[in-house]
Amino acid sequence: MTPLLSVRDLRVSFPTRSGSFQAVRGVSFDLGRERLGVVGESGSGKSMTGRAILGLVRPPGKVTAERLELDGESILNLPERRMRKLRGARISMVMQDPKFSLNPVMTIGRQIMESYRLHSGQGGQAARDKALDMLRAVQIRDPERVFDAYPHEISGGMGQRAMIAMMLAPDPEILIADEPTSALDVSVRNEVLRIMDKLVRDRGMGLIFISHDLNLVGQFCDRVLIMYAGRVVEELPAHDLHAARHPYTQGLLNSLPRLDQPVERLSTLQRQDSWRDADIATPLPGGL
Amino acid sequence: MLTIKDLDVWFGHPPERVDAVRGASFVVARGESFGLVGESGSGKSTILRAVTGLIDTWSGRIEVAGQPVTGRHRSRAFHKTVQMVFQDPYASLHPRHSVDRVLSETLHLQGMDRIDQRIATLLDSVGLGRGFRFRYPHQLSGGQRQRVAIARALAAEPQLLLLDEPTSALDVSVQAEILNLLADLRRDRGLTYVMVSHDLAVVAHMCDRLAVMRGGEIVEEMTAAALRQGAARSDYARDLLAASRGYAAG
Ligand SMILES: Nc1ncnc2c1ncn2[C@@H]1O[C@H](COP(=O)(O)OP(=O)(O)O)[C@@H](O)[C@H]1O
Ligand SMILES: Nc1ncnc2c1ncn2[C@@H]1O[C@H](COP(=O)(O)OP(=O)(O)O)[C@@H](O)[C@H]1O
Ligand SMILES: [Mg+2]
Ligand SMILES: [Mg+2]
Repeated sequence: MTPLLSVRDLRVSFPTRSGSFQAVRGVSFDLGRERLGVVGESGSGKSMTGRAILGLVRPPGKVTAERLELDGESILNLPERRMRKLRGARISMVMQDPKFSLNPVMTIGRQIMESYRLHSGQGGQAARDKALDMLRAVQIRDPERVFDAYPHEISGGMGQRAMIAMMLAPDPEILIADEPTSALDVSVRNEVLRIMDKLVRDRGMGLIFISHDLNLVGQFCDRVLIMYAGRVVEELPAHDLHAARHPYTQGLLNSLPRLDQPVERLSTLQRQDSWRDADIATPLPGGL
Repeated sequence: MLTIKDLDVWFGHPPERVDAVRGASFVVARGESFGLVGESGSGKSTILRAVTGLIDTWSGRIEVAGQPVTGRHRSRAFHKTVQMVFQDPYASLHPRHSVDRVLSETLHLQGMDRIDQRIATLLDSVGLGRGFRFRYPHQLSGGQRQRVAIARALAAEPQLLLLDEPTSALDVSVQAEILNLLADLRRDRGLTYVMVSHDLAVVAHMCDRLAVMRGGEIVEEMTAAALRQGAARSDYARDLLAASRGYAAG
């Protein structure tokens, strides 16, 4: 079966005064109808990987890949006009802070209708019904009120749900969620995750879940990629995260304080130069 | 070291008045480390800000080292006793002031002598080499900036540190380094901490006791041991503990 998304040797570089800076250095993975977690410290290239897939890396940034395919079709460096058609309709992205992604001068309802209209061609009552449906799907109890509200009139958790409703209105095949719950309180976070989880299961969507929270990714995802300095250094089934073999993954896990295991002192990460470039054991043919 | 009694804090005037803290009381002994947890907007930062004199609309009693404080006025002696460290190391340092300037101005303000020597010692004590002395904030990583913010707070040789989410903006590996640093400083200098965090595991690791806040009120006070065992008495604290254990489908 062809995967939803197939990525081989993805690279993103930026020109700098001292040569080219490689933010992503040869990332490879396949995505099926699953929840794929991408974890790593800030600056490891998680967001850039997501943006490269969506064609959102701005010049002078440069994206190359041996392969970047959606349902077997190349989407690498498509002209912006064609990429815009894919974006939203077939691949959507939810960002960390809804404040930056929602239009502040348009009501929530209009924004969801607009996103639906762009991809289905349907406006008017159909779009309105769809928007209200989507608000209900993300468990907003008072959809009519939120429909007419402006982004600043709703809470962060509500805004994040509205954002998800907007991204899902056109029924995308793939959702890339970049730290979608990092700004939320735990109870709201769990609710938003449950909504995304249900949508993945009910609609057979593929989800790329980008996060810096290892525990959360371990609990929520099916499979996890661990990124370090622009590369995937380890890939694991999420429930095996605690049996990670790479010293970087182990180091991250060990540096977390835990409620169930008191320690006198937290262990810290001793970074090794070899993590940047050493060969990586991988189940993918041809290596990562 | 710190006594809070029947503390009310509000912002604005009716009908728009926000009651950010209502009837909060707790006592932190000298040398103790006390945690404040609760969802965003529950009033944690507001309590710390009222203590340091950043807010004047409050009533009740705040005592530091046995001395009651009033309104926003704080004596020089107060600032030698109490210092605060904020969440965002990016926002809390002036972008055009070097580490050297940040620390020397603070030391001057505190009326300290031997500034040069003290800067070197401060940098050492937060694990920053001398090489960092003339750097600017944009030349520092998030963890290094938080170390500078801690060095600045230590400059006054305070006894009580108010820590508002000091590691929330940092990667977990950097968080571990900063938490270890804070634990070492407390042990070596006999400091008292009040630490706000939304991360219960961080609070359990750093604190002896904690208060759980909700909607401006303290709903429960508990020990770190009780927190680890999930032995909350109130429904709200129990729910918060359960939610923090992470995501469970269903
Ligand atoms: N426009 C840019 N120009 C140059 N470097 C950039 C640019 N945007 C991001 N980077 C760098 O790319 C690296 C990866 O960034 P990012 O993907 O945002 O990391 P993450 O999401 O894992 O925190 C970082 O080192 C970052 O500084
Ligand atoms: N300067 C202010 N003006 C008006 N309301 C404020 C101000 N600062 C805080 N608040 C309100 O007070 C409440 C408590 O805020 P805060 O203490 O920052 O919560 P926490 O630190 O627990 O997240 C919130 O409802 C917040 O919106
Ligand atoms: Mg990112
Ligand atoms: Mg706060």
